[in-house]
Amino acid sequence: MAGAPVIRVSGLVNAFGEQVVHDGLDLEVRQGEIMGVVGGSGTGKSVLMRSIIGLQPPRAGEIEVFGHDMCALSAAEAADVRRHWGVLFQNGALFSGLTVAENIEVPMREYYDLDEALMDEIAAYKVGLVGLPQEAGPKYPSELSGGMKKRAGLARALALDPELLFLDEPTAGLDPIGAAAFDDLIRSLRDTLGLTVFLITHDLDTLHAICDRVAVLADKRVLKVGTIPELLEFEHPWVQEYFSGPRGRAAAQASERG
Amino acid sequence: MTARATLPDMEPADLVEETRGETRVLRLSGRLTMARVGAVDRALREIQPDGRDLVVDLSAVERIDTAGAWLVYRLIRNWTKAGVHATVENASADALALIGKVGEHDVPMRIRPDRGHPLVRRLAEIGDFVIRTADTFGNFLGFLGNTLVALARLLLNPRRLRWHAISRQMEVVGINAIGIVGLMSFLVGIVIAQQGAVQLRQFGAEVFTINLVGRSVLRELGVLMTAIMVAGRSGSAFAAQIGSMKLAEEVDALRTIGVSPTEALTIPRLIATAIMMPLLSFYAAILGIIGGALFSWVSLGIPIITFIQRTQEVVPLTDLWITLIKAPVFGIIIAVTGCYHGMQVTGNAESVGFRTTAAVVQSIFLVIVLDAFFAVFFSALGWI
Repeated sequence: MAGAPVIRVSGLVNAFGEQVVHDGLDLEVRQGEIMGVVGGSGTGKSVLMRSIIGLQPPRAGEIEVFGHDMCALSAAEAADVRRHWGVLFQNGALFSGLTVAENIEVPMREYYDLDEALMDEIAAYKVGLVGLPQEAGPKYPSELSGGMKKRAGLARALALDPELLFLDEPTAGLDPIGAAAFDDLIRSLRDTLGLTVFLITHDLDTLHAICDRVAVLADKRVLKVGTIPELLEFEHPWVQEYFSGPRGRAAAQASERG
Repeated sequence: MTARATLPDMEPADLVEETRGETRVLRLSGRLTMARVGAVDRALREIQPDGRDLVVDLSAVERIDTAGAWLVYRLIRNWTKAGVHATVENASADALALIGKVGEHDVPMRIRPDRGHPLVRRLAEIGDFVIRTADTFGNFLGFLGNTLVALARLLLNPRRLRWHAISRQMEVVGINAIGIVGLMSFLVGIVIAQQGAVQLRQFGAEVFTINLVGRSVLRELGVLMTAIMVAGRSGSAFAAQIGSMKLAEEVDALRTIGVSPTEALTIPRLIATAIMMPLLSFYAAILGIIGGALFSWVSLGIPIITFIQRTQEVVPLTDLWITLIKAPVFGIIIAVTGCYHGMQVTGNAESVGFRTTAAVVQSIFLVIVLDAFFAVFFSALGWI
């Protein structure tokens, strides 16, 4: 399972004005793993993701994705890197003027020379792949529920069959059944497509169900990376509270039963 | 399969047709990935079933993703449907899993909503437009009435007025516009003086340039240009602000807390605009006259002091009253139109842009229509 590192972050410093979010953050995500990223609100989980995908230029530090230095990419390299990842933003970030199917076709049109008919077919099975009914294809994002928007966003993130998938709180705002289905979906996509997944979440069930390793963000850096049993051993008040609090215990029991 | 490892890394996807006894064999090779399947897709669409059995050989496939798996799946599906016995051969476990996966989700899907026949669509659009226009008119009157009722209620109970919001809006609508409105009026004053001088010189009546500048700027142009500028600056801002709040459910939040959006959002903007419009218009008129006076001095040699004295003689006080009566009405129209369109935003970000444009266009249109009514009205009063 543990392959070569796909993402390597070292000595990352991020700050907004006086407020320092990350100070010397290190993280490595290996090929084929689902890496969960947890942390209290305001510990910079989303900022970390935005730094890695190049939306937030860091103040200092190095970020490598697929072995490319993200801070010194040529235009061609940048396009090549972007083609191999998919990003699901917190609220889906679907283009509101396009239908779901057209949203999924946007990356294909941008990068590849495919016939309309083939793109339509691909969009159709992608819609099915993320568990949306085919009626959702010709709908506009404003006509979808929150959970459907997330799935549609995931379908767009998966449009190019990426090797690396960034998910920002994919199960937040979903009902428990929908969230569990989403977890299954991500795990089965990882297994069939061989994805590497960078997953920001607050959902303890998701962590137990699908994450191979979990990185804990606190004190402006990655405090500890490990499997959940390893983290349970880790003596840190926040980590203990997080995994051994009432919700943490309930999620652990649920995953043992499952 | 082991064949994957032995192939060179960058081999493109390719398609070779062979015959093996009574069986057609399609041999796919190379990388069956989205980046490279475009040509294979076109080639596969050319090939039609001819009654012989089909074998799709994937032994030379180096890599496959869902797009490649879809092509294989579609081939097998179409040929099986045509009554041909079609099978996949030498596929890796990954490839079979992917083919199965995309096959599970093979449901025909529309890409865009059905749009119907162009003629019917055009007719439907015209019908829609008529209904929408009537609706808009009714809704706008309703909104105006609602706002005026809320305003009357607040004026009876002024302690509930949101002074802080009003003063903030007065700053944004009025104080922040002083620079641009002043510059614009100053330049308009110069243009009128210059054009007037050129024409009046033909009759040797250059001195009437003063009448022209004084009366037109004080009575019409000052207030009209200010209204257009305020509509562009503030009417659009009202629509966009309230529209974004509507999208973020802030307006609903206000309502559930028990705060009337009309009181909290519309009334402060309306009062602020109604107060600032006369002040800005008067200021604009004065700067227009200054522009005209400066031009007349430099270009026609009329001393500034003569210009001011003559302006006092030829411009009746009613011109100033007319401006001061029109300005707050225009202000109310601009604020109500902007807030109305903001409140009408629904759905997506595109709607905010559409409503913002509509707010500016409609408020400028309404201001000019009302200005025409005022012109007829005041001349009937004898204020000519």
